[in-house]
Amino acid sequence: MEQAVQVKELRPPITQIGVIGWVKNNLFNGVFNSILTIVTLFLLWKVVPPLFRWAFIDSAWHTTGQACKQAAGACWSVISMNYRFILFGFYPYEQQWRPFLAIMILFGLLFYSRDRNHWKKPLAYAWIIGLFTMGLLMKGGIFGLSSVESTQWGGLPLTLLLAVFGVTAAYPLGVILALGRRSKMHGVKALCILYIELIRGVPLISLLFMSSIVFPLFLPEGVTFNKILRAQVAIILFTSAYIAEVVRGGLQGMSRGQYEAAESIGLNYYLTMRLVILPQALKIVIPPTVSQLISAFKDTSLVVIIALFDILKTTQSVLSNPEWMGFSREAYVFIAILYFLGCFSMSNYSRKLEKELSRGD
Amino acid sequence: MFLHVQLQPEIGKGIVKGGLNEMNIEKKASEGQMIEFIDVHKWFGEFHVLQGINLSVDKQERIVICGPSGSGKSTLIRCINRLEEHQRGRIVVDGIELINNIKNIEKIRAEVGMVFQHFNLFPHLTIVQNLALGPIWVRKVPKKEAEETAMYYLEKVHIAEQACKYPGQLSGGQQQRVAIARSLCMNPKVMLFDEPTSALDPEMIKEVLDVMIELAQEGMTMIVVTHEMGFARSVAHKVLFMDFGKIVEGNTPEEFFKNPQHERTKLFLSQILH
Amino acid sequence: MRGFKDSTISEKVPFWLDPKKRAILFQLMTFCLVGLLAYYLVSNTLVNLEKQKIATGFSFLHKESSFEIGESPIPYSAANTYARALLVGILNTVKVAFIGIAITILLGTIIGMARLSTNWLLSKLAAIYIEVMQDIPILLQLFFWYAIFYETLPSPREAISPTAGLFMSNRGVAFTVPEGHPAHIHMFLAFVAGCGIVYLMRRWARKRQERTGKIFPTFRVGIAIIFGLPFLIWFGFGAPMGMNVPKLGGFNFEGGLTVSPEFIALLLGLVLYTAAFVAEVVRAGIQSVSKGQREAAMSIGLRPVPVLNLVILPQALRVIVPPLTSQMLNLTKNSSLAVAIGYPDFVSVANTTINQTGQSIEGVAIIMAVYLFFSLTTSAFMNWYNKRVALVER
Repeated sequence: MEQAVQVKELRPPITQIGVIGWVKNNLFNGVFNSILTIVTLFLLWKVVPPLFRWAFIDSAWHTTGQACKQAAGACWSVISMNYRFILFGFYPYEQQWRPFLAIMILFGLLFYSRDRNHWKKPLAYAWIIGLFTMGLLMKGGIFGLSSVESTQWGGLPLTLLLAVFGVTAAYPLGVILALGRRSKMHGVKALCILYIELIRGVPLISLLFMSSIVFPLFLPEGVTFNKILRAQVAIILFTSAYIAEVVRGGLQGMSRGQYEAAESIGLNYYLTMRLVILPQALKIVIPPTVSQLISAFKDTSLVVIIALFDILKTTQSVLSNPEWMGFSREAYVFIAILYFLGCFSMSNYSRKLEKELSRGD
Repeated sequence: MFLHVQLQPEIGKGIVKGGLNEMNIEKKASEGQMIEFIDVHKWFGEFHVLQGINLSVDKQERIVICGPSGSGKSTLIRCINRLEEHQRGRIVVDGIELINNIKNIEKIRAEVGMVFQHFNLFPHLTIVQNLALGPIWVRKVPKKEAEETAMYYLEKVHIAEQACKYPGQLSGGQQQRVAIARSLCMNPKVMLFDEPTSALDPEMIKEVLDVMIELAQEGMTMIVVTHEMGFARSVAHKVLFMDFGKIVEGNTPEEFFKNPQHERTKLFLSQILH
Repeated sequence: MRGFKDSTISEKVPFWLDPKKRAILFQLMTFCLVGLLAYYLVSNTLVNLEKQKIATGFSFLHKESSFEIGESPIPYSAANTYARALLVGILNTVKVAFIGIAITILLGTIIGMARLSTNWLLSKLAAIYIEVMQDIPILLQLFFWYAIFYETLPSPREAISPTAGLFMSNRGVAFTVPEGHPAHIHMFLAFVAGCGIVYLMRRWARKRQERTGKIFPTFRVGIAIIFGLPFLIWFGFGAPMGMNVPKLGGFNFEGGLTVSPEFIALLLGLVLYTAAFVAEVVRAGIQSVSKGQREAAMSIGLRPVPVLNLVILPQALRVIVPPLTSQMLNLTKNSSLAVAIGYPDFVSVANTTINQTGQSIEGVAIIMAVYLFFSLTTSAFMNWYNKRVALVER
């Protein structure tokens, strides 16, 4: 039976596609969801406009403390008038270009390292030279730079220093611990398990206390460690235990066949690890390692408690000044934004990496 | 905008089709037919995945659907037990119409059994518990009776000795046979198979196909999406070829493989029969 | 015919080439190194302690502490011993950890489900919450909430009262609580009895289902009993409605239940921070159950609630519980930051003790020992749970 049939394409029902379809399916599908959407929109309407007014419209951006107290909205002047101290601490005012330059070098290195195609030997050397240069810039004493004692270091450079050196030094230590924990030698294995479980079981603050109060007792008379170094050691010891667990996960994920193949070629333990196992295992655990870096970055804020002038403590010092007292909200929000930007870009990067790696390069 | 109906020539045993205009769409669907698709359309967003499907399956009839990936064959059978929702047209299963009525859907699901490509056994339950789950919680059968039914069907698929094991301890072929037994425990009137052997190693395909052939010989109504043409030849009443959301042609197995009518069918067959 | 002589028996392998002996040698060397290091540190320490005239040993625990503690669940004064002070610290930590964990699990689950919701608005808001709260250090969040209490809230005379009977000021939050009444103890007993009855009822209902197949509405009846019995008791006592309302007296509120700003700030900071991590754990757990499981369960004809209870949740919980216990442990460890905002938790009290007695080694050792105890018990529980629910595979 033949019919003159028009093969005109049928369109999906109007409530399925386009804006209407999206709104119906994502906001109002079902009674429960519809109620939720309405309640949420109402709450947003109650909260967001007043917040916006407080933060942007009624706020003072660059005034004195007194004028700020009269403003109805947020006082962002506490940041804009004090940012040099908040960011650089007690570092001599005229020399502050040096920590600034050091931070720029760090960001430059980080930015360059984002592209995995750059991960070659020269980059490792660049990092070593970079870190060395940063330390030199901060400390001074040669090349015509005036010497600045570490007691005067503070603010953002201190936070970044503690985090970066912390993770850099903790990484090899963590790898050794992980290998030790998986070793067949019972003595070594026991020692590593003891260390890892002990460190992971206690809060970082107890280690910081230990480092600032107990470490000096461990040293012979006359030898002193400066405070920053003590805190740095505590952070390194702490982070290494967590990195050890992360690396252990990667080692466990390697199939036995890899170890067996390396052995059958005749590689000894050291070569097997260096050439076959570790390159693969460490690559597998890059995402959790970046996550550990993010944690270390956040954890540096704890040095506030042992009175090191990281960016949190410098902020609190500003707030204890009578002129700026009472504006904690604004100051803390600013610091929170800084931390958030740092951590968010790192976790974003980690997610991107994870996707790349799971697709198989 | 006028509605125009796609014309689908369907050749088959005693099925009257072709040239439907809007008035004839109101035909009754109860002449010993198990499943009826009447001008069914489905879209995923803008993608028109089912374009006017008209299909009729009698009781005890066995149909094999084949076609390239993306042709809509899985979507078609998933519409039968409402795992996918169609947007136009009607689907009627054993006299019950498939609409947005929960009671209808539940009744239909109790009568339609489905076997998945990836088995989907519940890994935290033993084999027997997997099979007894439906009878206990849906048909409200006492536990002893449910377990007896389970053991009966496990015997049928020749895997009774694994009753107390967990799915993770079984091979792929064994798991798929258990999956078939799990569906049978609900006493379905129709069994749907969505590429049941595609995820199996070659040496395990035969054990699953043998079970399906036994099932066929007992008179179960079956709709099977598969590439296993040997199975189609030996057991199917009709083989349908789907492409781009339409049923392009359908015929008895001998006619289908010997005289494919459309170019697309010929192309597809040349690719899978080698 | 004589076979080859087995060369490994007669030939002697020098011990420095034998793998087993090498391992022992290596371990001996390691122990020596560690031992030497330990000896060096310990001897230095003893010399320094001697020089600075610091006592050693734990006898200081019996001395009088002579410092006050801001809040305590048990009676304590400056005349009590250091040991009692430390006990108060531990109790304070347990109090904030317990309440914190309960609220966090609840909040985290809700946010995790919201993140998975098909409602775009809800899902996006949950995602923003999770991302923001995870990326800001917890210490900063604690300082923020503490500052809110101290700077934003007014003095008790002008306390904010969002609802009748609730007062928020910079001295804390005062709640209205029901006045103590004999009915309450009976209501509590009824509640406990109700739980017992429901437990027995569930067992009976399950056996009945196995025998006859009939399903008993355990959930609905259970809720009715657990909440209904205490209600009946309350009604039987004449429906006592006496409330203990906080009243402004002098500089602060009297009566009712007052919670210090330190406690609220700590609780708020800990809960909001940890809930973000718990939300991710819950989300990952539910997503770990493949879509096919739900489809298979629906194909058999199971309704949505049984699908959740019988198929999805058992599998999801296996993935959720281990990282969840880690997060609970993190919350407990993070509660040690209370020292920064003045809440007298264990680390806070121990810190004061160390400052006063000068015995830092013993003090730090006690701190570490207590937290190690928490961690090891949690690890043990997690290992036990994992073994019990592990999916059986070849």
